[in-house]
Amino acid sequence: MIGPSGYLARHAQALLSSAGHLARAPIATIFTVVVMGLALALPLGLDVLVRGAREATHDFRGAVSISVYLKTSVSEARAKELARTARDRPAVERVELVTATQALAQFRTQSGFGDALNALEGNPLPNVLVVTPRPARANPASMETLRQYLAAWPEADAVQLDGDWVTRFNAMLQLLQQALLIAAGLLAIGVVAVVGNTIRLEIQNRRAEIEVTKLVGGTNGFVRRPFLYTGALYGVFGGLTAWLVVVVALALLNPAIARLAQTYGSSYTLAGPGIRDLQILLGGGALLGWMGSWLAAARHLARIEPGAG
Amino acid sequence: MITFEAVAKRYRNGREALTNISLHLAPGEMVFLTGRSGAGKSTVLKLIALLERPTRGRVTVAGENTGNLPTRRVPAFRRRIGVVFQDHRLLVDRPVFDNVALPLIVSDSSLKEIDKRVRAALDQVGLRGSERVLPAELSVGEQQRVGIARAIVSRPPILIADEPTGNLDPQLASEVMALFRRLNEVGVTVLVATHDLQLVRESGLRSIVIENGRIAGAVADGTLPIIEARR
Repeated sequence: MIGPSGYLARHAQALLSSAGHLARAPIATIFTVVVMGLALALPLGLDVLVRGAREATHDFRGAVSISVYLKTSVSEARAKELARTARDRPAVERVELVTATQALAQFRTQSGFGDALNALEGNPLPNVLVVTPRPARANPASMETLRQYLAAWPEADAVQLDGDWVTRFNAMLQLLQQALLIAAGLLAIGVVAVVGNTIRLEIQNRRAEIEVTKLVGGTNGFVRRPFLYTGALYGVFGGLTAWLVVVVALALLNPAIARLAQTYGSSYTLAGPGIRDLQILLGGGALLGWMGSWLAAARHLARIEPGAG
Repeated sequence: MITFEAVAKRYRNGREALTNISLHLAPGEMVFLTGRSGAGKSTVLKLIALLERPTRGRVTVAGENTGNLPTRRVPAFRRRIGVVFQDHRLLVDRPVFDNVALPLIVSDSSLKEIDKRVRAALDQVGLRGSERVLPAELSVGEQQRVGIARAIVSRPPILIADEPTGNLDPQLASEVMALFRRLNEVGVTVLVATHDLQLVRESGLRSIVIENGRIAGAVADGTLPIIEARR
């Protein structure tokens, strides 16, 4: 009976054997790894762009707000109470009260109608609450719920949702992200197929070895093991290649992005994929490679029997 | 140890390799299987090693009816049988040590055990010191001995050999047969398929002659057709 250390030794041996096979066919290995790397780099690159856009704009969350125009009969004291009530809502980050007096003073300064305004008997402007939602709640559904709540106040005269364009922008980013997920899924299937085909050819090339191994009592699981490691190694190297491709591409793009940002008075550049991205790529790549090789091995290894030769 | 009862084997291409064969090898016996090329000797060995299953009849090896042995138990069954091929079937890109170690590796032996047993097996076939050599760097006779070392390294109770001396000169052939005799003397059941009748005669051992998929020759005990039972 094999002990835990022996079990690990067998797996280490299979891993080394697989690495040795890859090293002995460097050109074929490089081609497969590059194909996998490019397939994995595409979703990673798009993800970096989307994340960059979100980070640059902060989703324009600060630009989204709801203006509540209170009836002119509502006093400033009551307006302050309503502001407190709104602030207690979980979806609300802050509430700013622009009193009728402040609004008139601002209008007087900015409009240039100062003298004309003196002719007015009273202040025609209402108290206004500017309600800013929490960033996590700045999505169209939550905003609409909040708008309906505020519009239901008897003191509210009109409720205006500011920043529809931001909502559209965020919806577009969300759409892009969903498209990205679909593309990533399709490319993952492609990676599985590439590895599966490579392993299928590898199995054909090593047919004699497989026959001999089965002849001396090797199980399908034993024979399959090095192929699984080969697939996983393809995935790991493919993931690493994808990461490097995106890092290099960003290094090439960032000077141009910086020049563009400078015209808007910003020093923004796209942040490259981080260590976490690398970990996901290596783990995901290994998993996809493992899956591809498992599918190929399960299909083709069982067909190879020493007696058939 | 090995029993064939009215066994027939027809391959998928329709060729009938064996027709109603019955034979028996007792534990610890060494027997020759002779006949012309294509007579059915290799098919008998394939049925014993479970590389093929019988179309009809019953093959029993070490107490196992191979005809209905579940597929999942086949690897463990094969580990109990050492097989030597005429074409050696060595892994050309692996050194001698790795080739000989293969049966021990698949049975999850410890690295220490593998090292000890491989060196002992290579010692037995006179190839100690060739552990790191690739098969292609060896002579045909040496390659055959590597194949034998691989077959005996896990000390199987049964050893079958298909034309093991076919590529060897008379001197090497005698050495290989002497090695089989030594293994047989320590209790290994040995079945050697060969068309070298000279070798069979010199051995003085029981032999079974196959012709056109049937047992041919004298019948020794009324049920088993045995000739040259001179042991």
